[in-house]
Amino acid sequence: MREQMEFVQNFPCFSIMLCMFAGIISSALKGKAAKTVNRAVLCINIVMSAAVLLFTVETGEFYVYVMGRFPAPWGNELRVGVLEAGMALFFCIIMLLSLTGGRHKLAQEVEEGKHGLYYILTDLMLSSLLALIYTNDLFTAYVFVEINTISACGLIMIRQNGRTIEAAVRYMIMSLLGSGLFLVGLCMLYDMTGHLLMSNIKEQVTALHLLSLEGSYHVPLLVTIAIISVGLAIKSALFPFHAWLPDAYGYSTVSSAAILSSLVSKGYIFLLFKIIYRVIGFDVFRDSKIINVLFVFGLMGMVFGSLSAIKENDVRRMIAFSSVAQIGYIYMGIGLGTQMGMVASVFHVLSHAATKSLLFIAAIGLTDVSGGSRNFIELTGSGYRNRMAGATFTVGALSMVGVPMFSGFISKLLFAQAAVQNDAKMLPTLIVLGISTILNAIYFMKTVIRIYTPVEDSQYPTVTWRDGKRYAVTLVCFIVLNVILGVCSQPIVDLIGAGLNMFA
Amino acid sequence: MGTNLFTNYGEAVAMLLFVIGFGNLMLQRNLIKKIIGLNIMDTAVYLFLAEKGYISGRVAPIIVDGVQDVGAYINPVPSGLVLTGIVVSVSVSALMLSLTIRLYQRYHTLDLDEISLRLKREGL
Repeated sequence: MREQMEFVQNFPCFSIMLCMFAGIISSALKGKAAKTVNRAVLCINIVMSAAVLLFTVETGEFYVYVMGRFPAPWGNELRVGVLEAGMALFFCIIMLLSLTGGRHKLAQEVEEGKHGLYYILTDLMLSSLLALIYTNDLFTAYVFVEINTISACGLIMIRQNGRTIEAAVRYMIMSLLGSGLFLVGLCMLYDMTGHLLMSNIKEQVTALHLLSLEGSYHVPLLVTIAIISVGLAIKSALFPFHAWLPDAYGYSTVSSAAILSSLVSKGYIFLLFKIIYRVIGFDVFRDSKIINVLFVFGLMGMVFGSLSAIKENDVRRMIAFSSVAQIGYIYMGIGLGTQMGMVASVFHVLSHAATKSLLFIAAIGLTDVSGGSRNFIELTGSGYRNRMAGATFTVGALSMVGVPMFSGFISKLLFAQAAVQNDAKMLPTLIVLGISTILNAIYFMKTVIRIYTPVEDSQYPTVTWRDGKRYAVTLVCFIVLNVILGVCSQPIVDLIGAGLNMFA
Repeated sequence: MGTNLFTNYGEAVAMLLFVIGFGNLMLQRNLIKKIIGLNIMDTAVYLFLAEKGYISGRVAPIIVDGVQDVGAYINPVPSGLVLTGIVVSVSVSALMLSLTIRLYQRYHTLDLDEISLRLKREGL
């Protein structure tokens, strides 16, 4: 550790504070000004996160930022390494793109007076996501989990109709079950270890694990790990807990759907990664049986999510169900219990976040040229009516199926490589990976073929990229991001590996 | 095992309450009952923390006449956690209640399944 603080090292703290204050200031601003503030905050955050990322890559080690100069066991800390900074950068970029891409829809679907409110919620959401990424204190993490839930609920119900309110209620109920479990888990952990800072807890947990091998503390430790993992799994919509998801993603305004699917659930998964490495310890977590439970539910999610998506007749809900399958992939990677599996999971977090927001934003372009209908019949030929959105949707679909050049291929490859290293779980993983890929191909290719089936004398208008320049630029950015993840994957994978090593 | 359960009856009650609240939040059809379940669940956690944080015979670490031995005080952090938790739970309950009001104004029922059924029929 260096003695002298560099100025860059303050940036994580600044970025969290900046988002919070932007939210507070926005409450006194009109819709347009709030939008400008929001965009400025996002851009500043991208720059700051990039600077922090460069700094951590350069020094090659993590650093601890002490809040308010209270030293370790008492104070609150942020801890920043390569993975945290990279994830923050990535989340900010995705959020900026999702908001820009869905802006015209927001103007149509949400009452004029509520636009300011929407940007307050996104500011809050970003601050809670950044705090979840950076914090080194378990109770702080809990508080920000709740802030995240509240703002996500607001994002769902900002478009007022019966469906969204019902979806918001269902989302809240599921989330509250999850955070209740997480809270009780962390209270038990605090009770056993006497610490709230992640690194301090880990020392104690390691000691407890040694005791548990002799017989005492075995059950409490296992129960705590189980409760925390299940709580976060519920919140990130792992397979049996996904009932709220299709409605929430399918009927909210498109920016919200993109942000929810690609960032909110990922924030919780990232917290779980942190807990696995930094609170419980990777070895202890692997030796507990919980990992097999996550593995099995991950596999089930991969299959059943895709099956539900095949049955779906509504393009937005289909993409939402595909999220269930992709979350299953991530948990399967965690369940493999190898370093390789974790790297694959982290990469899939990035890849899925980039692809899913792209799909939502592209789908809205297609439904707009089909009279606002999301039914597959109406979508026939929409790829010709809006060529830009059609091409982007195809890129997203190919990436999800796992065609080389795109990000989805790399994550599938990494999962397969990780599976080969684990003898016991190799066969089920590879089989389910294969089945899931075929199922993915069925429903995504079905959609792509549908949007490129020509129709005679369509009653819907044709739009070109000139009709929505901002939208077109967003789509291009999404494609570029996806291809970057797919083509330059090796340096990114190396960074993830380095980041995970810094994690522990 | 059994003797531990008896000496730690406070924690046992807290966990029992947690399970009751959890079950209510998950299984009740009525939204108000769900919210009551949520509050029972959260309160159970505070009871657990309070029970764990208090050691009988010791006092809160407020220094009145000079510093006594460390053994005279309890750890104030669990109480702080309870306070934070209460703030979180109040805001979440308020949000849930406001959502419930919205749904009730629209559908004149508090039954979540009934509302889902009607939404399906509307085919929105």
